[in-house]
Amino acid sequence: MTATVADGRALEALVASREILVVCGPGGVGKTSVAASIAAMAACHEGGRVLVLTVDPARRLAQALGLASASGRAQRVPPEAFAEAGAAPHGELWAEMLDTKQSWDRLVRRHAPDPHTARRILDNPLYQNISGRFVQSHDYIAVERLHELHSEGNYDLIVVDTPPTRNAVDFLLAPQRMAEFFSSRLLRLLTVPYRSRFVDVAAKPFYYVADRVLGSQFLEDIAEFFILFQTLSDGFVARAREVERLLSDRRTSFLVVSTLETVPVREAEAFMAMLPAKRLQLGGVVLNKVLPSYLMQPHLGERAERLCDEAAVLAARMCADGGPMADHDPVIVERVLAELGANFNNIAVVARREAGQRTELARHAAIMASVPELDDDVHDLAGVLRLGRHVWSGGAQ
Amino acid sequence: MGDLLDRRLLFVTGKGGVGKTTISAGLAMLAAARGKRTLVCEVDAKGDLASSFEAPPTRFDESQVAPNLWAMSMDSEASLRQYLSLQLRLPRAAGIGLVARMFDFVASAAPGVREIVTVGKLCWEVRERHYDLVVVDAVASGHIVGQLAAPQAINSLVQVGLVRQQTGWMLDILSDPARTGALIVSTPEEMPVTETIELVGRLRSETTVDLAGVVVNRVLPELFGTREEQAFEALSGGEATAFLSRAMGGDAVPLLDAARLMVRTRRSRAEHLERLRDALGGPAGAVVPLLYVPYLFLRSHGMRSTRQVAAALAAELES
Ligand SMILES: Nc1ncnc2c1ncn2[C@@H]1O[C@H](COP(=O)(O)OP(=O)(O)OP(=O)(O)O)[C@@H](O)[C@H]1O
Ligand SMILES: Nc1ncnc2c1ncn2[C@@H]1O[C@H](COP(=O)(O)OP(=O)(O)OP(=O)(O)O)[C@@H](O)[C@H]1O
Ligand SMILES: [Mg+2]
Ligand SMILES: [Mg+2]
Repeated sequence: MTATVADGRALEALVASREILVVCGPGGVGKTSVAASIAAMAACHEGGRVLVLTVDPARRLAQALGLASASGRAQRVPPEAFAEAGAAPHGELWAEMLDTKQSWDRLVRRHAPDPHTARRILDNPLYQNISGRFVQSHDYIAVERLHELHSEGNYDLIVVDTPPTRNAVDFLLAPQRMAEFFSSRLLRLLTVPYRSRFVDVAAKPFYYVADRVLGSQFLEDIAEFFILFQTLSDGFVARAREVERLLSDRRTSFLVVSTLETVPVREAEAFMAMLPAKRLQLGGVVLNKVLPSYLMQPHLGERAERLCDEAAVLAARMCADGGPMADHDPVIVERVLAELGANFNNIAVVARREAGQRTELARHAAIMASVPELDDDVHDLAGVLRLGRHVWSGGAQ
Repeated sequence: MGDLLDRRLLFVTGKGGVGKTTISAGLAMLAAARGKRTLVCEVDAKGDLASSFEAPPTRFDESQVAPNLWAMSMDSEASLRQYLSLQLRLPRAAGIGLVARMFDFVASAAPGVREIVTVGKLCWEVRERHYDLVVVDAVASGHIVGQLAAPQAINSLVQVGLVRQQTGWMLDILSDPARTGALIVSTPEEMPVTETIELVGRLRSETTVDLAGVVVNRVLPELFGTREEQAFEALSGGEATAFLSRAMGGDAVPLLDAARLMVRTRRSRAEHLERLRDALGGPAGAVVPLLYVPYLFLRSHGMRSTRQVAAALAAELES
């Protein structure tokens, strides 16, 4: 299995040669934890100013990174915190938590033709809804903010944690979708001033039906909002293109995190398959919460079977006078031995499935680390560093 | 707990990947086996539902996958098209395609429009009594509240029009605990449990849908009782392990390690389970039923795992 694991230093090399590392992957696999870990390790070993731009961290982890109050601004993780966790970084670790609503508001203010229009958009009830969930707004905002941070040039390395989207691919498509949205025919149809709408033959059935179904007042409200929103169009489209360029820049690399469970692996594969067409660079894969490799040793399955079959005989021998379990009840010992065998076979089923999934993933990219499930959640700097050591060393077991 | 399957409409939700589709499939299979005409609908169509029944991909038009059991996948555009042709008696063909696409577009900004079309179709199946039970493999926790609260959202946004008139009967069905319930699937891990607890609160405060229960999926087996635990400790290391290795003609340590791994993992999860139980316990009378489904150590996912989940749910419903 080690054949698919890249040189333990591959991640180090990647981190040292990039300015942006985008940590992607399916929901709940450990993106936020791994992103924080890589940033912390980079600050420790590579030095310089390292920022982790994180989205939705678990509350305790946010506190640990000094992000208790989401200000939408970067905070430095104090050196004392590192000292407490037994580390002495020669670089600086900064952390920022994405504030979607605030970033949207900023974007509207920047691209609106005048403050009055900006105000009207921000006050529109439909905008509240839009800034919450419209066209993968979370994803778009994350890349948008990344662009802003990168062009300010304050950091040597920015590690980006990506939002828990329904599908990892959404993140990549966000800028393009944003641009498409503003240039779509549907938007144009909808924002044709109300009276001249009937000029457009294609749109006629829509207005007929829409009036009956939703009522014309609601439709006018929507149209008015879109008309306002369209004033942002040029700025948005240009910006979305720039953001897209930054993602495909040579200084940017994508790192995919996944567990070896079926659903995440399928999603991770779909994600990686998309990268080349978008000219995005896949740095590698970090496997998280994997089962230890000893489970795959040859002949263990047979040994487990034997233990199940011969539990009674073995227990009797072990519990006999002079045996190593002489003072134990043979019935109990038999049960334990049988359970040992059965349990091993159960876990081995999962381990074999994982090994198969790993091979699949390795076809797409180098596996840079395999991290075991740690005994504790990653909720403080010590935890981040513990995870980091596994990630950094490739997770040698 | 027996009344779960007596409801008409069950929304199965929970964090991504916890087993919503697996549980929906098992529950639907169980209901069908008990003689109920059952429809199971995958809302977030990814094709996992069909694979639970080893059936061809599901479509908007339902197809039979087992005796008494039909499966479909939701498609808001197709649903709207069906709705429009039923309500407005417009011919299905001309123009409706564009109309539906534009609606989809409007729906990306207007809260509740897409949701109402999805929920509407499901409620409609219930109202028309096409099935005894509709099991919805619903959207994940992040979106379910928006979907279930859509009728109220529409009510407050849209003053007139057909959609507005439709919300009344939908709310009747959704708000009736005898007919409708939400089932949250969780696993005994930190994030799923945290999300479940949050979702319970939001379902109660933002929707009118009754919480029918919480399914804890992928529960690891308890290997040892107290006495076995002591024997296991005595077996680990020293003369006992050496004896075992000799007797088996090979190192016994990995077998012991694997057991320790299982015990430890289960134990670290017990803490989250505890937190879930505490949060759901609440004042007497408000207790939310919990159903446990064991981790299935199977090579693949299909009819066999679906049947095992159905059996596990059956056992839980009896108790
Ligand atoms: N190797 C590990 N061992 C033990 N626990 C882990 C490990 N990696 C992550 N965790 C824990 O798993 C949970 C999920 O991790 P995390 O929040 O990093 O995932 P995520 O991919 O960012 O999730 P989301 O998609 O919801 O943003 C957290 O509770 C975290 O502490
Ligand atoms: N009790 C169980 N034991 C073992 N594996 C399980 C169990 N329940 C579900 N799984 C596995 O977990 C994975 C996720 O299950 P499923 O697809 O049902 O989740 P989901 O919540 O519907 O996911 P999504 O959010 O992607 O729709 C599948 O590979 C499934 O086989
Ligand atoms: Mg995260
Ligand atoms: Mg599913």
